[in-house]
Amino acid sequence: MLDWLRPEEWTALRLSLLVASVATLASLPLGLAVAYLLARGRFWGKSALDTLVHLPLILPPVVTGYLLLLGFGRRGPIGAFLHDHFGIVLSFRWTGAALAGAVMGFPLLVRAIRLSLEAVDGKLEEAAGTLGANRAWVALVVTLPLILPGVIAGSILCFAKAMGEFGATITFVSNIPGETQTLPTAIYTFTQIPGGEAGAMRLTLVSVAVSMAALVASELMARAAARRLAA
Amino acid sequence: MTGALSVAVEHAQGDFHLSASFSAPAGVTALFGRSGSGKTTLVNVIGGLLRPRSGRVVLGNATLLDTERGIFVPPHRRRIGYVFQEARLFPHLSVRQNLAFGRWFAPRHEGGLATEAVVALLGLAPLLGRRPGGLSGGERQRVAIGRALLAKPRLLLMDEPLASLDETRKAEILPFIERLRDEAGIPIVYVSHSVPEVARLADTLVVLEGGRLVAAGEAAEMLGRLDVAPLGLSRDAGAVLPGRIVGHDAGYGLTTVATPAGPLHLPRVALPEGATVRIQVLARDVMLSLRRPEGLSALNVLEARVAEIMPDGREGGAATDIRLRCGGAALVARITRKSRDGLGLQVGDAVFAVVKTVAFEAAPESHGPSEGEPAGLRPAWRA
Repeated sequence: MLDWLRPEEWTALRLSLLVASVATLASLPLGLAVAYLLARGRFWGKSALDTLVHLPLILPPVVTGYLLLLGFGRRGPIGAFLHDHFGIVLSFRWTGAALAGAVMGFPLLVRAIRLSLEAVDGKLEEAAGTLGANRAWVALVVTLPLILPGVIAGSILCFAKAMGEFGATITFVSNIPGETQTLPTAIYTFTQIPGGEAGAMRLTLVSVAVSMAALVASELMARAAARRLAA
Repeated sequence: MTGALSVAVEHAQGDFHLSASFSAPAGVTALFGRSGSGKTTLVNVIGGLLRPRSGRVVLGNATLLDTERGIFVPPHRRRIGYVFQEARLFPHLSVRQNLAFGRWFAPRHEGGLATEAVVALLGLAPLLGRRPGGLSGGERQRVAIGRALLAKPRLLLMDEPLASLDETRKAEILPFIERLRDEAGIPIVYVSHSVPEVARLADTLVVLEGGRLVAAGEAAEMLGRLDVAPLGLSRDAGAVLPGRIVGHDAGYGLTTVATPAGPLHLPRVALPEGATVRIQVLARDVMLSLRRPEGLSALNVLEARVAEIMPDGREGGAATDIRLRCGGAALVARITRKSRDGLGLQVGDAVFAVVKTVAFEAAPESHGPSEGEPAGLRPAWRA
C-alpha cells in the first residue's frame, strides 16, 4: 500500500496536510476576532478592513504571493523584523507556505463565521446577560456554540483552499522538494518533465481523495452541530 | 428579604415618549396597559437592557441607574431575573444545562432557592434531560422561570410570559407563578395586558397608557376604580376581593367564602376551610336591585351603597359602570344606562348587589405536583 506512492510523493502529501492544518489552526483565532469585528463592531475603517480581508480572494494569487515576498521576505520589513527579533524565517520555508495558504483561505474563513454570527439571535445573548454572564462569558458559552457550524464550515473551506494553493505559494516560497513542495506544485513539476504523467495522475487522485474526505468530514460535523441545536 | 424597587424614567424613541415613575413593594407589581403603552420599555430599563435618556432605578439600597450621577450598572451585574415573552432558552443546552447556566453565574455564598426546590416548585423534573427544541410553549416558559430563579435574583421581571400561550397552557403556568409569589419571597414585576392575569396575580397595579402613568396603587382597590381607563374598558373589568373559606356544602357542591363585602357562595373550591383565596367579581356579572330581591335564583345578595357613577362617555354605548361600597370593600356593577336612569340611581343610594353563584369558576387545577395550591378564583369569562 505504502509503495503505491513514491517517497517524495508521500513527502509532498504530508507537507500539504501539515501546511493546510497549520494555516487553518493559526488563522482561526484571528478569523474569529475579525469576523466578530465585522459582524458586530461599529468603528471607523470597518469597510477598509472588510476590503483588506477579501483582497486575496480577488487579487491574482501570484500578486498576493509577490506581496508576501515583499513584506515577509528576508529583506522585507516584516520578514526582517521577524528574523532579527525572533529568528523566524518564512520565505522558502514550509512555514511560508502555511502563511500563503492562511492568507488565501482567510477570506473564506471569515466570511463563513461572519454569516453565522449575523444569524445568531441577539436576544439569547441578552438573556445570558440578565443571568449574570459578562460579555466574554456570553461569547464563550452562548455565541461560540451557536456559530459552531459556521466555524466548522469556514475552517474546512480554509483548509481546502490552503491545500490547493498554488500561485501565491510558488511565488512566495518556490517549489523546493521536501520543504515547500506541496501537492499542487508537485503535480505541476510532474507535468513539466517527460514521463511524469503517471506521477501527476497519482497525486491528482490523492488530491481528490483528500478534498472529498474534508468535505464529508465537514458535512458530518455540521450535521451533528445542527442536530444539537434542533432536538 | 430584599428591599423595594423605585423607578423614574424619561425616554424617547422616535415619536414615542415614555415618562413614568413608580415604586414596587414586595409581592407582585403588575405593569398593565395596552400594547405600545411602554410596559416593555420600562422593564427593559429596570433590567438594564435599555439606557433611557434620563432616569433612576433603585433596588433596595443599590442604585442601578442614575443618569444624573452617571451610574449605569450593566445587566449582568444587576442580579435581576428576566423572563421574556419568548422563553429564550439556549438551544444548544439541555433543560438541565439551561438551569445550571442560571446558577453558574450566581454568587455562591448567598442563599437563594436550591436547584431541587426550583425543580419541584415548577414541576421540571420530567423535563431535565430534554432539549428546548422539543418542549411545548408552556414547558419552555416554566424552564425559563426556573433558570431566572436559579440566578438568585433580587427582583424578577416577567414580560408577558403567558402572552404567546393558549388558554390551556396559561392555566397550566398561572398556578406556578402564584406559588412563586407566595413561596419564593422575591419581588416580581409582571407585565401584562390581561385583566384576568392581573386580577389573579397582582398585589400592586401600575397602569400605563401611551407612555404615561395613569394610576398606581393597591391592585384590589385599583381594580374597583372606574376612572382607570384601560381597565374600565375591558370586558374583564371587575373588583377583586380577598376571601377566606369558611365552609363547604358537600350536598350541593358549594363553598362559602367570607369576604369584606360579605359572605359569597361559590361552586365548590378544592381547598380546606381557612384557606385564603382571591375572587374577582366581574362587573358584568353584578346586577343591582333597589329592594331585597325575593323569589330569585341567585344565591349572593349583598347590601351596598352607590359610591360612584361613571360619567357618560362620548361613545354613548349601552353600558355604564357603578362603583359600590359593600361592607369594607368595593364592587363594580356594569349595567345599562337605561337601567341606571330607570332606577334613578344616585350616589349614596342603598342597593342590593346580586351575583349568580355559577358565574364564578374555579381556576383550573394545575398539572404540576402541587399540594394545597394557593388557587385564585375567577369568574368564567368564556360564558
